[in-house]
Amino acid sequence: YVPVKGDHVIGIVTAKSGDIFKVDVGGSEPASLSYLAFEGATKRNRPNVQVGDLIYGQFVVANKDMEPEMVCIDSCGRACGMGVIGQDGLLFKVTLGLIRRLLAPDCEILQEVGKLYPLEIVFGMNGRIWVKAKTIQQTLILANILEACEHMTADQRKQIFSRLAES
Amino acid sequence: LQLPRFDDVNLLRRGTSRVRVKRCRVSSPDAFQYLMKETPLSNCERRFLLRAIEEKKRLDGRQTYDYRNIKISFGTDYGCCIVELGKTRVLGQVSCELVSPKLNRATEGILFFNLELSQMAAPAFEPGRQSDLLVKLNRLLERCLRNSKCIDTESLCVVAGEKVWQIRVDLHLLNHDGNIIDAASIAAIVALCHFRRPDVSVQGDEVTLYTLEERDPVPLSIHHMPICVSFAFFQQGTYLLVDPNEREERVMDGLLVIAMNKHREICTIQSSGGIMLLKDQVLRCSKIAGVKVAEITELIQKALENDQKVRKEGGKFGFAESIANQKITAFRMEKAPVDTSDVEEKAEEIICEAEPPSEVVSKPVLWTPGTAQIGEGIENSWGDLEDSEKEDEDEGGSDEAIILDSIKMDTGEVSNIGSQDAPIVLSDSEEEEMIILEPDKNPKKIRTQTISATQVKAPSKKPVKKRKKKRAAN
Repeated sequence: YVPVKGDHVIGIVTAKSGDIFKVDVGGSEPASLSYLAFEGATKRNRPNVQVGDLIYGQFVVANKDMEPEMVCIDSCGRACGMGVIGQDGLLFKVTLGLIRRLLAPDCEILQEVGKLYPLEIVFGMNGRIWVKAKTIQQTLILANILEACEHMTADQRKQIFSRLAES
Repeated sequence: LQLPRFDDVNLLRRGTSRVRVKRCRVSSPDAFQYLMKETPLSNCERRFLLRAIEEKKRLDGRQTYDYRNIKISFGTDYGCCIVELGKTRVLGQVSCELVSPKLNRATEGILFFNLELSQMAAPAFEPGRQSDLLVKLNRLLERCLRNSKCIDTESLCVVAGEKVWQIRVDLHLLNHDGNIIDAASIAAIVALCHFRRPDVSVQGDEVTLYTLEERDPVPLSIHHMPICVSFAFFQQGTYLLVDPNEREERVMDGLLVIAMNKHREICTIQSSGGIMLLKDQVLRCSKIAGVKVAEITELIQKALENDQKVRKEGGKFGFAESIANQKITAFRMEKAPVDTSDVEEKAEEIICEAEPPSEVVSKPVLWTPGTAQIGEGIENSWGDLEDSEKEDEDEGGSDEAIILDSIKMDTGEVSNIGSQDAPIVLSDSEEEEMIILEPDKNPKKIRTQTISATQVKAPSKKPVKKRKKKRAAN
């Protein structure tokens, strides 16, 4: 994955050094994330981020000459859904092309998935998806379906969803 | 993959700290030494994997004692094979040479095993960085194959004290998706069984080494086939899994490797990770290993027989035949056996049973030089822009292709996409807009989608930021 400014990605915190966190985003370098780049964070009020946590944020600096920098806050200072991702759930990787397909407007796959069970899902443009459903079985099914959507035609997909909806 | 070379750069970061970019030492133009750490395992994944294992669920739907698909394919030379255990791939190659024997073993041939972790196997494998794992794997393989005396080394002797055969087994790990040991041991034994050495005859003092054309090469004499079976332990030995995945290997507490042959003789046992195993756990593992080894040995025999048959009949053999041509765009996925007797169905099983999509051939109709038409087109629908959908249509794609808004393909009219000369392939639809939409449409509309009405929890965090980039490009 090549970091691009403005992209929303899921990163894994690898190190905490002083004021910044080092976040692995799947690129050639880990991105840096300042502890002040969270909603409502001040020097006194530090965000609760541990090594190994999942972070959903966007890049503010991403070019080939410098280390990428990301933030969990938008230009007005609001979180907009970014920040530390919850503790449960499953993180898995898919191809970048599939992510873009899923994030396109009116994506059929997502609508069908949403009809199956209640779920929370976060897409990172770096190919990482975080899914959480009520039970582990459901989460695993979702993960497998999304990974398999890469290779399926629309017909096959509809077949699968109808089968799952029945059972 | 050519990585850019970067020098020592001092960056001032908001006046607080200076960050130095790593220096790359380049010895020759193509000898990049780029250090890549492997992706760290997040707490979330670790927790999920352990919880799933407690509920006896694995990521790919296997049962606790299930192996992944094993595929064995042979190359054109004797002694060359590739073993695929799921996505883990090992290439094995056996070669032989006449050398003088060791001084204290004058009548025995020499066996040499070497496993290499290729850098294409995982980003963490680099020339300097793999030593621990490499040494451990090599030692295990050596103990498994050499100490078990599966190869008759006496038969490798040509002239006692002067000339013996040195058999060298080279194993290369091509892809790491967990359980290197099993795959490597299977590859080693398969390659050894498949190998043929040149025939030698001794008449008095004369030793004649026949080339491959003069006399058929001779197989090695193999007593038995030891195969390693790995068991991964979790939660201090409470839960165990056979054939751990790469993810499962990362969260495991300890590993137990049992090398056994089909006669239920244990060749090697190794326990690593420092967990305490109870006697009955080890016994249970050995029973399971016995069953698995029997299955795998059967598979190996079948593969060897098949290859021999093909060679004898004069058919085509080798990697070019056995590793099927796969197009990148093929709608196919590895089929793994999944037991779904008591759980909801998994996606893989359903794909296996679904029919492959029919071929779609585009037949452009040439109207005048420089203008062609494919299909009939649909009613011009400039009015309703965002409602139409495009389906996936690729080279083997489905038949239905709903053409996106406002492509009007009338006689002689050139669409504003551009070339109608070449057949237009409607590729992955949802993210590519083939045409610029109506100019007075508000491009700043950001659509946030909520998944469905049945959703109970917080709305999904999925802002559609794709549009921003298109705008910038425009």
